[in-house]
This record gives sequence, C-alpha cells and structure tokens, in this order.
Amino acid sequence: MSDVINTKRAKKQALGPYGRIGQSLDELDDRLGLARGGRTFMDKIFPDHWSFMLGEIALYSFVILLVTGVFLTLYFVPSSAVVIYHGAYKPLDGQKMTQAFESTVNLSFAVRGGLLMRQMHHWACDIFVGAIVIHMARVFFTGAFRKPRELNWIVGSTLLILAILNGFLGYSLPDDLVSGTGIRIAYSIILSIPLVGTYLAFFLFGGNFPGTAIIPRFFILHCLILPLAIIGLVSAHLFLLVRQKHTQFPGSGRTEKNVVGSPMYPVFIAKTTGFLFIVGGITALLGAFAQVNPIWQFGPYDASRISYAVQPDWYMGFLDGALRIWPSWSFHSFGHNIPFEVLIPAVILPGLIFNLVFVWPLFERKFTKDNEIHHLLDRPSDRPKRTAAGVAVLTLLGMLFIASSTDVLAKFFDLSLNTVLVAMRYLTVIVPILAFPITYRICHEIQALHGGGRRKTPNVVTRSSEGEYSATPSPRYVDDVPSHLEPTPVPDYVHAEPDESDESGVRVVDR
Amino acid sequence: MSDEHRTPVSLKGLPANDPHLQPAARNPELVERVISVCFILGALFVAGFGACYWINAQPWKLGATLGGGLLFLGIGVVAWGKYLMPRGPFVEERHTLANSEADRQAFAAAIVERGADVVQRRKLLGGLLGGGMGIFGIVALFPLLRSLGPLPKTTLDHTDWRSGSYVVDQSGHRVQVGDYAIGSIATVFPEGTQNTDRGQAVDQTVLIRVSNEGFTTMKGRETWAPHGYVAYSKVCTHLGCPVGLYEQELQLLVCPCHQSMFNVTNGAVPQFGPAPRPLPQLPLYVDSAGYLRSQSDYREAVGPGFWERS
Repeated sequence: MSDVINTKRAKKQALGPYGRIGQSLDELDDRLGLARGGRTFMDKIFPDHWSFMLGEIALYSFVILLVTGVFLTLYFVPSSAVVIYHGAYKPLDGQKMTQAFESTVNLSFAVRGGLLMRQMHHWACDIFVGAIVIHMARVFFTGAFRKPRELNWIVGSTLLILAILNGFLGYSLPDDLVSGTGIRIAYSIILSIPLVGTYLAFFLFGGNFPGTAIIPRFFILHCLILPLAIIGLVSAHLFLLVRQKHTQFPGSGRTEKNVVGSPMYPVFIAKTTGFLFIVGGITALLGAFAQVNPIWQFGPYDASRISYAVQPDWYMGFLDGALRIWPSWSFHSFGHNIPFEVLIPAVILPGLIFNLVFVWPLFERKFTKDNEIHHLLDRPSDRPKRTAAGVAVLTLLGMLFIASSTDVLAKFFDLSLNTVLVAMRYLTVIVPILAFPITYRICHEIQALHGGGRRKTPNVVTRSSEGEYSATPSPRYVDDVPSHLEPTPVPDYVHAEPDESDESGVRVVDR
Repeated sequence: MSDEHRTPVSLKGLPANDPHLQPAARNPELVERVISVCFILGALFVAGFGACYWINAQPWKLGATLGGGLLFLGIGVVAWGKYLMPRGPFVEERHTLANSEADRQAFAAAIVERGADVVQRRKLLGGLLGGGMGIFGIVALFPLLRSLGPLPKTTLDHTDWRSGSYVVDQSGHRVQVGDYAIGSIATVFPEGTQNTDRGQAVDQTVLIRVSNEGFTTMKGRETWAPHGYVAYSKVCTHLGCPVGLYEQELQLLVCPCHQSMFNVTNGAVPQFGPAPRPLPQLPLYVDSAGYLRSQSDYREAVGPGFWERS
C-alpha cells in the first residue's frame, strides 16, 4: 500500500508545481522558446474605455463575414450562363436568368439555413464598414493617429477602401436587377477616366458592357484576392497595435510611459470573446428579423429594365449622392470628351477625400510642428481645429449621403424634384462650411466648462437662511467602492493566505 | 542553454485580499446567479437552434435561436470578465521602441555601405539586371492588355441598328404603324437582338408615339419620326441606366438612377439633372408594308461619355 502512495506522490512531485499543463508548457518552451514572450503577452494591458470596442466590432463582423461567406461559396455558382428557372420560388418560374442569380435564389430558398447565412453576410458587411468608419472617427478625434501610429492609420484607411470595394463586389454578384444597374454605373464611371478609361473598362469587363466575364471575375476578386488583402492588412494592423501598445486617455496613474487597464489573460480574453458572441448574436437576429436585399423581388438583371428608387448599400450612398447633385458639366473639344459630370463626383472627389485621410497625420505634423511621440489621447474639445475639420468632412459625406435620396425626399415632403436637387446642391456646400466654425466654437465652450465631460460626484445643495444656495460635494458613503486605486503590475500568483509580513511576495524559482 | 535561463526569475505576487484582485461587482453572488441564468438560456437557445435546423424550420426561427443563444452566452462571458474578475487597474511599462544611436548607425551603415559597395563595383551587372527587370515589367503587362479583354477600338461608337433594321418589341414582334396609340411607350430593339445581352444593354431604344403625323423633334430631323413615332436610345447619357420612366403630361423621359429628365418633343435635350447630352435619336421610316424600320444606326455614340467620343 505505502508503495503505491509513494509512487503517486513521487509522480506528482515529478510533474512540478504546475502539473501537466506546466509540463506541456515546458515542452513547448524547449522547442519554441515561448515562455518569456508568452508571459509578457498574457500580461499585456488593454485600457478600459468603451471607445476601444469599436475596432473590435469591425474585427468580429469580419470574422462573421468569413464564416458566412465560406458557407455561401459552397452554393453560389459564379456564372453568366443563361438558364430558365424552375425552382422553389414559384413567381420566378420559367424566367430567363443567369446561373449566378438562379443559384442565389436557390441558396436562399432550397438550402437549409441559406437565407439566414445570406442575410447575416449582408448585415455583417454593413456593420463591418460602419464600425470601421466610427472606429476611424474615434482614432481621428482623439489624435490616436499621431506619431508613432501614422503607419497604422494608413493601414486602417486602406482597409476601409478595401472593405467598401469588396462590399460593392459582393453586392454585385447575385446579378439581380438592382445590383446589375450598380455594375452598369461602375462601368460608366471607369469609362469616364480620360485617356485610359475605355481600356480599363474593356479589360476589367472583358469587352463592352455587360459581357459574360464580369461575374466570375468579381467572384475571384470578392472571395479570394480582396479577402486575402484584407486579412493581410488586418494582421498588420493588429501586429502594429501589439508592437506599439495601446493609446490611453489621460487620468490618474496614466502617463506616456505606461498603459493602465485590464490584462489580456483572463479579463480581456473573457470580455472580447463574449463580445465576439454578442456581435454574432446581433448579426444573427438582424438576419432573422430584418430583411435585406430580397433579390427575388427585384428579379434577374436585364440591362433594358429598371425599378424605381434604385439605391446602393449605405456605404456607396455618398458616391451616388455626389453623382446626383453634380451639375452636368461635360467637356467636348478637339475630338475628345472628358465627362466631368461623372469624373469629378465619382473619381476625383472620393480620391481627394481618401487622400486627405491618408496624408492628414503628415499634414497635422507640418502644421503643428509637433514631432513628439504621443501615447496619451486628446479630448476632442482640446483640439478645436482638428475636431472642426473632421466634423466638416463627415458633414460633407453626410450631406452627400442624404443627396442620394433626392427622389425619396421629394416624394416624402411632396416637393418637386427640382427644388430638392437645387436645395441639396446649396446645402451640400454650405452645411459643411458652417459646421467648421460651429464645431470650433462648441469646442471652446466645452473647454471653458470646469471639469466638463468628467464624471461628476454628487453634490448636496443647501439653502441658507438668507436664501442663498450653495453646493458642496456629498460625503462618501460607507459602502461606496473606493473610486480609484493606484494601478499595479499584473501579479503572477496570489498568496493563498493574506500576506501579513512586511516582506513582498517574491518567490525565487531556479530553472 | 544561455546564461539568462539560469538566473532566478522573480515572480510578482499579491495577497489575496488586495483590492486590485477583488471583483468589480458590489454583490458578486447576485452577478454570478445572473450570469448562470444567461449561460443556461444561451445553452437552451443554441440547443433550440439545433432542433430548428433538424426539423428545417423557417429561417427566422433559425436566426432567432442562433442569435439569442450567442447573445446570452456573450452577455454572460462579458459580465463574467467585467464584474467577477480582478478589477485592477493594472499597469504595464511602455518601453521606447527606438533603439540606441549605436544600433541605428550600425543598421544604416550595413544597408547603405554594403549596398553601395556591391553596386559601385558591379555597375554593369546592376544595369543589366535593372534592364532585364524593366523588360519583364513591361512584358508582364501584355497578358493584361491582350488576354483580359479586346481593345475598345470603335466598339462604343456603334450599335446593332442598321439601315433597314426592323423595329421589334421585347417579344420579337415587328412594330407596325397601327400598333400603338398616342402616348404609348415601348422598349424596342433591332430585330434579332431583343434577347441578347448586348441588345438589351446597347441597342435598347424607347419608342414613343407622340402624334399621328410626322413629327419633328429638331431641325434636320424632319423625316426621323414618321407617323409621330419618336425613338431615342434608352441608355442614359449620364451613367448608362435605362431611361425607363415616361412622364406623359410633361413629355419627359426620366432616368430613375439619378433623375435626369429628357424632353421627348425637343430632341431629348436634358431639362434637369446631371445628364450632359440629349439621348441620341434613332431615324425611323415606315416601309411599304407598314413596318417601322430604322434609316441607319444612331448618328452618334449612345450612352455615357468617354475619352474617344468625338
């Protein structure tokens, strides 16, 4: 008997203080040398502020896009071959359509869970682009793009462009009446580029519009090339984030030389995994209850047909709006035509806006002559010029977005289309210009507010016998949790018993 | 094994009652109970998702159970992390990423000097390699030019309308003078293209009967609209959408994409919106048997603008 016990004890002792897991980690470290870096990674600190969650929404909706997208590729047929439909959806029975459209209808109605996956994919895309934009706004207004993070700003801005592009490509794949019109417009926009436009359009589409090459080509771009580019850039984005560590808002104990918050393991892992589930859950609920892009109602694409109130996905709205309100200035001379009515709103304007976004960090550095490294974030109101510029650009984009519904607005307010169009032309110029000084002024007002924006402690207001009012901070109640502690390094272990001696808990391990 | 692995590693410790290690919740037992409920509900919903999938339930049931399950599980895990784990705050040092001046010098020197050394001594090789790569770069463009698509040439300047093409509607029926009443509109094609992609995209034409007699939309087009049949290209000159809406009272053709409006009785001149040019008009005639036919192709390129358009 005692022999057995001894063997067990001996075995346990031989495993070391951390048991089998510890031993496996040792084996791993022997081969990969992971221990030191691994511990640093477990201790990595994530600042606790809700606005750092916006980038996570983007990341997780991208995860959902990948998962649902893989499902869709199993059933989608990227072909322009013409077939006659005889499927589950009776109203389309006998209609002529491409295999792309037929397979999209089939995967919506005949594949179990297919419609849900398709709607989740579409919703996740809308959320993806939206989260990127809001995340970028946060980074911009708090000055998180400043040195040393200019490169990551550029990586992120490129990701936005790729996301918009891939969203448009995916939206085009089903070859329905609305998306086909979108492709037609894209073709015309490419045509408008002087000198090379016709060549670019012919090479991309394999000839004159529509041709049969575009669906398979968009499929390869949408499912392979752009996702690879996005995955690569997302990895670079996260690598730079880990390498340069997080920014943080100023506050007690927070300096340029530290990061205060929760450690990667276990707190951040728990929060972020839960958040992945929440984003997935909300996307699934949207997919279940909010119908999006019901292509069987639009019908298959036919270049000579169109439906009323044609509108693209929300992130293409600013382009559509710009195309609607730009005047019909066209250049005809010397045997050539430069279609400025398309070139300026659809090529030059977005080019200018995105280039402004790309060079903003350099521009601001030139302007402020601030070449320091910054890890503490700005309050937007403390940088009125930057904030006003950002608000002005966002307002411009917002006005263009509204302009993409001129026909809907005219119908809703019972105005003539002409009135709405002319009004939108003026407003799109005036409102952003007004937004700048107004935002600038508001920033200064907020700066003047004492302690504005910070969390208030309750005040007790008393009236004296003379009728004079005065406010004093309320006393702290016994069960109040102390509002803040000095931050401490993440401990590696916790004493089983409360430490009573003066000695700090330093264990020396011989390895 | 290097020496640093032999040095004792000091582990940082905190006493169990340290305030940093306490959960953030004031009442952890209650939070724990709430989280348990979340996890139970999450598990039930996810199981329900499996059941719905098994019986092939409607899509909204699949989504509701999947979404509800993920949502409850997610809320539970986030609450666990937020309220029951050590609340901190914890801190981490931030080290400067920049290396020492000596390291930078060594790095820059290695790149600049080594490279300069190699290239300067072998200028001929460098030039030849550069030339070869340059040629490869140009050659690599060839597949882009020749395989991806044909050269545009004059493709965009022409449609399939020819001198004498019969005007047919979407079902291929040849249009005769008596077929349409005043105010009628139809989409027509040159016979034979009504079912092709190219026909629908390029040749599509709106045919409107505006009167009983020959109608002149513009000077020089006196014979183009026999018996009041006016034909315009249906491809919008703005971005190529089909100009599909006809406002009969105002005699306007409206493009539903960006609301350009074209005056039907006045040569389809744009009256409103972003379109820069009138819709090209197709010259028609009526043959001896009473069929509508085209005198020729459009006299100019249809559709949106491009560089080579004269």
